[in-house]
Amino acid sequence: MNKSIILVGVGGQGTITTSSILSKGLIENGFDVKMSEIHGMSQRGGTVVTQIKYGEKVYSPIIGDGEADVIVSFEKLEALRALPYLKEGGVIVTDTREIYPMPVLTGETDYPGDAIEQLKAVVPKVIVVEAAKVAEELGNVKAQNIVLLGALVKQLGIDGIDWKAIVAKSVPAKTVDLNLAAFDKGYNM
Amino acid sequence: MSKMIMSGNEAVARGAYEGGVHFAAAYPGTPSTEILENIGGLYKDDIYCEWAPNEKVAAEAAYGAAIGGMRSMVTFKHVGMNVAADPIFTAGYAGANGGFVLVSADDPACHSSQNEQDNRLYAQHAKLLMLEASDSQECKDFFRDAFELSEKFDMAVLFRMTTRVCHSKSVVELGERVDSPVKKYERRADKFAMLPATAKKRHIIVEDNIIKAREFSNNCKYNRLEEVEGAEIGIITSGISYQYVKEVFGNTASVLKLGLTFPLPDKMLAEFAAKYKTLYVVEEGEPYIENAVKALGFGHIIGKEKLTIQGEFNTKVVSDALTDAAEKFTYKVENANIPARPPVLCAGCPHRGFYFALGKHSDKFVSMGDIGCYALAVNPPLNGFDCSICMGGGFSTLVGISRALKAQGDTRKAIGELGDSTFFHSGLTSLIDIVASESNVVAVILDNSITAMTGHQQNPGTTKNLMGYDTPAIDIEGLVRACGIDDAHLRVFDPMDQAAADEALTAAYEAEGPFVIITKRPCALLKEVIKANAGKHVKVNPDKCVGCKLCLKIGCPSMAYDAVNKKAVIADVDNCNQCTLCMQQCKLGAIEKVGE
Repeated sequence: MNKSIILVGVGGQGTITTSSILSKGLIENGFDVKMSEIHGMSQRGGTVVTQIKYGEKVYSPIIGDGEADVIVSFEKLEALRALPYLKEGGVIVTDTREIYPMPVLTGETDYPGDAIEQLKAVVPKVIVVEAAKVAEELGNVKAQNIVLLGALVKQLGIDGIDWKAIVAKSVPAKTVDLNLAAFDKGYNM
Repeated sequence: MSKMIMSGNEAVARGAYEGGVHFAAAYPGTPSTEILENIGGLYKDDIYCEWAPNEKVAAEAAYGAAIGGMRSMVTFKHVGMNVAADPIFTAGYAGANGGFVLVSADDPACHSSQNEQDNRLYAQHAKLLMLEASDSQECKDFFRDAFELSEKFDMAVLFRMTTRVCHSKSVVELGERVDSPVKKYERRADKFAMLPATAKKRHIIVEDNIIKAREFSNNCKYNRLEEVEGAEIGIITSGISYQYVKEVFGNTASVLKLGLTFPLPDKMLAEFAAKYKTLYVVEEGEPYIENAVKALGFGHIIGKEKLTIQGEFNTKVVSDALTDAAEKFTYKVENANIPARPPVLCAGCPHRGFYFALGKHSDKFVSMGDIGCYALAVNPPLNGFDCSICMGGGFSTLVGISRALKAQGDTRKAIGELGDSTFFHSGLTSLIDIVASESNVVAVILDNSITAMTGHQQNPGTTKNLMGYDTPAIDIEGLVRACGIDDAHLRVFDPMDQAAADEALTAAYEAEGPFVIITKRPCALLKEVIKANAGKHVKVNPDKCVGCKLCLKIGCPSMAYDAVNKKAVIADVDNCNQCTLCMQQCKLGAIEKVGE
């Protein structure tokens, strides 16, 4: 049975890097993997969605409404936005981080500060990971994505992959120790 | 051979390498850009590659290489093919010497484009052999083969992709580079000197080539029948739609999967259509295959009658249109407030400086925008321009609209803005028209020293090229002056300098005749800019801030309003690069520099 994972965040948060690391690990484990992302304006603060499907044989690279087993959200408003993707019984893993979009910055509308409570009211399984905070404590908020990767990998329960070796190969050399620590924190949360 | 996960674009670059390509040119455009970026990054020792000023130049440069005997390629996004159409139609008649392949990356759903044009229609129109891949493995294999096909049938090849094929990643098995020596160049005026007498003869030859290619299309590995015994439904499809069909129908329908889609395999289509009473064609965009099947006499085929011409497909679209499957369960939060998150100009973006200044003069100007990052200035709070048509249109439209405004007694002046890369693309010829027509307009070049929107590609104004080598930078100001713009009609300044911008816009409004503004400040995301500004940002002094929100009017994503304390705050210190625009806005000196 194929699994579908959606990663959502805001441009610059490292969702695409995370998806790449995840794909590499899944391929090493012998799965057929397809990953989809939309570039173009992602550096400019827009919503970024990357999708990963894996299993014995994957056809469509796109995940539709009601099809995602797991949604990993790097920002809590984006978890709320991505909700329609979640399949019945699916899991949301979300950070508590808030990044205000322009209509909130200009005072046009309010930020839904209770996004996680809203999600918990309708979705049985919402896992809250304070990844940005943990990464900041480790010394760099940019490692947020690897904390979330650790939490996701644990959630997926795929054994037999040396995730840390893949992380080490995929991040800048100077940040290997930081990112390995971030992965452990996320995995053990 | 090793396996890798690759995007369609990465796979095409690999296919170019394996297919023995010698020459590649392009103008960047989403979703095609990464093809040449990957060739420049990985294969430049074997493939000469360049960013050309525009798609027409890229196509001509590449076609010159093909005439000379090299296997050559050009890539562009779908609308770029319109720019390149002139040489492409001639290449359609003249054919190849070295194989010549064009990549069109179409963008159904307009993820980052101004229309949803379906460039498959070009293949038939310009007489180009056409290949369509449906995953990255096919991208690599088909693209590698495209050069051989071009040489075999003496036709230019259109390799047609869509956003989801370009940007989806899947597993690819790699191969070796074929040995493809550059073919000898010999004068062939009867083939390549496309004067009327030649064209008439070549038209006969190309129609004959199409007949041969159609025969091949009926018997090639690119068009494949996946027959399911006992199935009552037959589906014809190509490209990414094939994946959706397989996922929805599995082994409950027979599929005719097309990869060589011009010339279409007429016999295969007829045989398949005759066999299935329930016959669907699943294709995004125009009814290209559908019309061909109908023309063969199979009116029972169902395509656009059930599947939309709009946007892109997915499994849900296909399933909803063609099956009785129940709608999938989804979770819903009732009455959720989900603020939109539109892409915005970055913190410290030079374009914000110019458009904020222009806003202060909005009663004096009608503003025409163009294609690039600055297009994001159209949104509130900047509301930077009224129209955006195409590359270069920001200047050329001024010639017409200025006269239309004058004719209706509107005293506002027409002003148009485009970036450095867009100026080289087609803004220069537009400026020439402005000067030649003595139009009373203002032409603004927002020079941020890079092609930014597509992710920082070099252009003729930069000092490095795609292959990483030093190149002479073309001088924009020199070009403007060479067009006849004198000191009185020219201002060059840093767009963050609001006093200079105010002076320039006032002078531009009062001047008679063509006036040019060049703003110069590099993109805030360039590595060297980020490095130079490391540690620099601003902070709001809460003792001085009275919460007037004037600073928020610049629409900077690093600034926010703290409603509890009723003060402005720098919410995102990391991305603030101390551009000072907010400081210039504050009348109380409440915003201060940190880490100067």
